[in-house]
Amino acid sequence: MEFFERFAIPHPSPAIYASMVAIGLTVIAIVAGLTYFKKWGYLWREWLTTVDHKHIGIMYLISALLMLFRGGADAIMIRAQLAVPDNKLLDAQHYNEVFTTHGTVMIIFMAMPFIMAFMNYIVPLQIGARDVAFPRLNALSFWLFFMGAMLINISFVIGGSPDAGWTSYFPLANNEFSESVGTNYYMFALQISGLGTLMTGINMITTILKMRAPGMTLMKMPIFTWSALVTNIIIVFAFPVLTVALIMGTMDRLFATNFFTSTNGGIDMLWANFFWIWGHPEVYILVLPAFGIYSEIISTFSGRNLYGYKSMVGSMLIISFLSFLVWTHHFFTMGQGALTNSIFSITTMAIAVPTGVKIFNWLFTLWRGKIVITTAMLYSLLFIPIFTIGGVTGVMLGMSAADYQYHNTMFLVAHFHMVIIPGVVFGMLAGLHYYWPKMFGFILDEKIGKWTAWIISMSTLLAFMPMFFSGLDGQARRMYTYSESTGFGIWNMISFIGAIGLAIGFVLIVYNIYYSTRYASRDISSDPWDARSLEWATHSPVPEYNFAIVPHVTSTDALWDSKYNNHVLFPGKYEKIHMPNNSGIPFILSCIFFAWGFSFVFGMWIPAIITTIGIFICLGHRSLEKDYGRYISVKEIEETETKLRGV
Amino acid sequence: MKELLPLKQVMGFAFSMILTFIAVTVYFSNMSFATGMTVLLVTAFLQAGLQLVVFMHASETEDKGAIYTNIYYALAIALVTVFGTLLCMIWGYI
Repeated sequence: MEFFERFAIPHPSPAIYASMVAIGLTVIAIVAGLTYFKKWGYLWREWLTTVDHKHIGIMYLISALLMLFRGGADAIMIRAQLAVPDNKLLDAQHYNEVFTTHGTVMIIFMAMPFIMAFMNYIVPLQIGARDVAFPRLNALSFWLFFMGAMLINISFVIGGSPDAGWTSYFPLANNEFSESVGTNYYMFALQISGLGTLMTGINMITTILKMRAPGMTLMKMPIFTWSALVTNIIIVFAFPVLTVALIMGTMDRLFATNFFTSTNGGIDMLWANFFWIWGHPEVYILVLPAFGIYSEIISTFSGRNLYGYKSMVGSMLIISFLSFLVWTHHFFTMGQGALTNSIFSITTMAIAVPTGVKIFNWLFTLWRGKIVITTAMLYSLLFIPIFTIGGVTGVMLGMSAADYQYHNTMFLVAHFHMVIIPGVVFGMLAGLHYYWPKMFGFILDEKIGKWTAWIISMSTLLAFMPMFFSGLDGQARRMYTYSESTGFGIWNMISFIGAIGLAIGFVLIVYNIYYSTRYASRDISSDPWDARSLEWATHSPVPEYNFAIVPHVTSTDALWDSKYNNHVLFPGKYEKIHMPNNSGIPFILSCIFFAWGFSFVFGMWIPAIITTIGIFICLGHRSLEKDYGRYISVKEIEETETKLRGV
Repeated sequence: MKELLPLKQVMGFAFSMILTFIAVTVYFSNMSFATGMTVLLVTAFLQAGLQLVVFMHASETEDKGAIYTNIYYALAIALVTVFGTLLCMIWGYI
């Protein structure tokens, strides 16, 4: 019995017990459902063992939507607690756990898989490839991410949630001040999913550099592929820093090292330093793919090519480098002198220049275009003004002298939500509506979609604009309550209403998916938006080999040229296609990684050793295995093509 | 004869040995910490560069441009990270 006491929650509440029951029931329902409908085999063959980039992309998408609701539920709890002064809905400890989970889940386990979903699904299609360069590594990436997400998600019912903020600053995050295993969960969940992300980075760079269709030089790649390339370069350079920082933090917590302690030669500020050396590039990892999606959507629905393609590429490359030069602006008040802060202020403001270039390029693309307002386009248009509010307040925060006023207030919270929600979430939702017909073969309902876009964007303003004012009035972030005399009550009440609006918006998205699945017409062309790039040149849904004949490309808008300028996209005839085999190893390896992380979280060394051996056995298996892939015969291709063409 | 004795690699090997030898002397001589560290850093970076060019064939394929861009980019980011950290944590810290 003593053994099991460690799994108890240090700070229980009825809500947590209710969640335990809910999780239990959901698991039973899923298992029962799969058994009843005899779907275990289907699940294993089509999803758990798949190495197809399209299936992996869809799994990323589903995970991202699930995590959006997990993080969203936390957001509602935060706003509900703050809605009125001296509220007793959550106590201090519970509130700490909720905002920590909200931040961690939204950045690492919602935004990251969302961009991974589109990069996985769209990039190979846009460059005319059959899959990514290392399909099995891709599956491993996904499953490592997924297991990391599961690890952080069980923390609040087994052993206790992380409670040191999503930045997990030391010395707060060390054993002395964070006694529960929560922060161990944070360290291992991020470590495991971070490994997956790093692998994706290497995989995507190789794919984009080596597997482009004939004729597609780097400067003829669609802009989303460019954004994916730049993003993955940032991933490869930034994520190792997180890996190392997490290992050091873990060592401090589990093995009593002194990297981030305040005594014994440790330097606690070093954690913040490492965290933001990764953390600031991470911001651009999230936002650049969204910018890529906006660029695709705006040029498609303006009926013209993207304005300033070269300056778009250039500005992304400059951003990728500058993103590594600005990290100190996250802790201007930590004690550096004026000179140091000024240096990082200047680099911070410099980054606004390439970003501004991109904004103007979008505006010039719209200029004299034949604009069609679809849901995807609506999100993209709403993004520009709302993101600009976030961007301008960011420049305010970037001035180190002024930052002493804004630091750690709700002003900052308002700023980064105003950047991330339009910058990333709108981009992903726009991408969802835009690419949905490619993924699933029908269009999401436009009427519900537009309503949702308006509700979400207006609620964003309603939820976060008041924080600018209460922040300037002095409301600190991460405070679980405030007195009535502060006068923050009204602002927080407005924010709460906005948060409810956002919740309604996100529920409407799910309703839209349900509604369109039932009622939307399946009789649409493979290019419903009259788009410009290669992903629309194949059938919807996409056959597993993507393109029956490898496309030939002469410009950035290959499909457009083939539709309107007599360009021959698919010369030649069918040949047999080499495809990779499915494999269960990535899934099994990741399950072992989950058990490995769980063992370390609780300091259970014997299971930790066993799982470590298990990991090496899986790696060894891969090294010794002989797998030459398989071929799809010409006959099979002909049959599939005829069927998909519907003749 | 040239096939039997690849001069570039042999020279590289010799130079690499010399660098290692210089690095080892730091341990056996009574240098100050600063001098010793300088010697170690200089020999280490020379050694790394030598390995990349001579033994990992960095400049022998048509990917040469990409490889060097990558190395310089990584080097720039590493330097920025290291010196930026020193600036924030030690030199510029009040």
